[in-house]
Amino acid sequence: MKFAVVVFPGSNCDVDMLHAVKDELGQEAEYVWHDADDLSQYDGILLPGGFSYGDYLRSGAIAHLSKVMAEVKKAAEAGKPVLGVCNGFQILLESGLLPGAMLRNKNLKFICKPVELKVENNETMFSSLYEKGESIKVPVAHGEGNYYCDEETLRALQENNQIVFTYADDVNGSLQNIAGIVNERGNVLGMMPHPERAVDELLGSADGLKLFQSIVKQWRESHVVNA
Amino acid sequence: MYKVKVFVTLKESVLDPQGKAVQQSLTNLGYQGVQDVRIGKYMELSIDGSSQDVEATVKEVCEKLLSNPVIEDYRYEIEESVQQ
Repeated sequence: MKFAVVVFPGSNCDVDMLHAVKDELGQEAEYVWHDADDLSQYDGILLPGGFSYGDYLRSGAIAHLSKVMAEVKKAAEAGKPVLGVCNGFQILLESGLLPGAMLRNKNLKFICKPVELKVENNETMFSSLYEKGESIKVPVAHGEGNYYCDEETLRALQENNQIVFTYADDVNGSLQNIAGIVNERGNVLGMMPHPERAVDELLGSADGLKLFQSIVKQWRESHVVNA
Repeated sequence: MYKVKVFVTLKESVLDPQGKAVQQSLTNLGYQGVQDVRIGKYMELSIDGSSQDVEATVKEVCEKLLSNPVIEDYRYEIEESVQQ
């Protein structure tokens, strides 16, 4: 499976993201600059964390208008897995690929620590190797991770089973402790915690590995069927 | 040339933790009368074009980039500026 790790000016988790899929999983992966105009050769798109364009105006606001995002939308429409972590999640929200928006953390602090997450939905291409209700340890590092959406959107998220991860405890004030959501089709996941920073016990946790392994598993299965 | 002032604020229904912290701080300073603080953004744009076009442009850029309609409202003032 071949992954693109999209790099914006100000991305800073791109190296970790590439490491997770390339070194830990042995998949192909390449950095792709934000002005790329063709992502058709990639099977999966990874939007890493960081502070794209200095987070000017709003987190992800300027990045979502960069050239590569039109290609990311095409990949999403084609049903390819698109994962946005932290700033990547914020970019997906700004682009409208996922519903809602991020507010500043309730306590106004930049929160950087390992947190406990609960797997709410293990029937997505990103979470199939977890157990439903499984508790996993993954670090967060953000100042604006306080997920917000209106009531109607929240109801839709719940009814369609789009909430994939929640925080076990209230970390940042997020509505319903939401940590990660998928789109209706289930091929675009945005999450604030960093699974790419939890891919080896040496890093404090290897609980993020299953997320990437789930993506590869789904890809393999769909390609065996098609072969 | 028109000078446009754009004000972007959080929607009434959205909590503003930053404003709340500032309001608390004002209370600590002794300003008990300050009941609420909401923090927003102020932007100045200089735009060329006819007055109708300018208004259409302002609306468009507010909706596409300057504000996030999920959490924010915007309003604007357009002033004709004297040519230098």
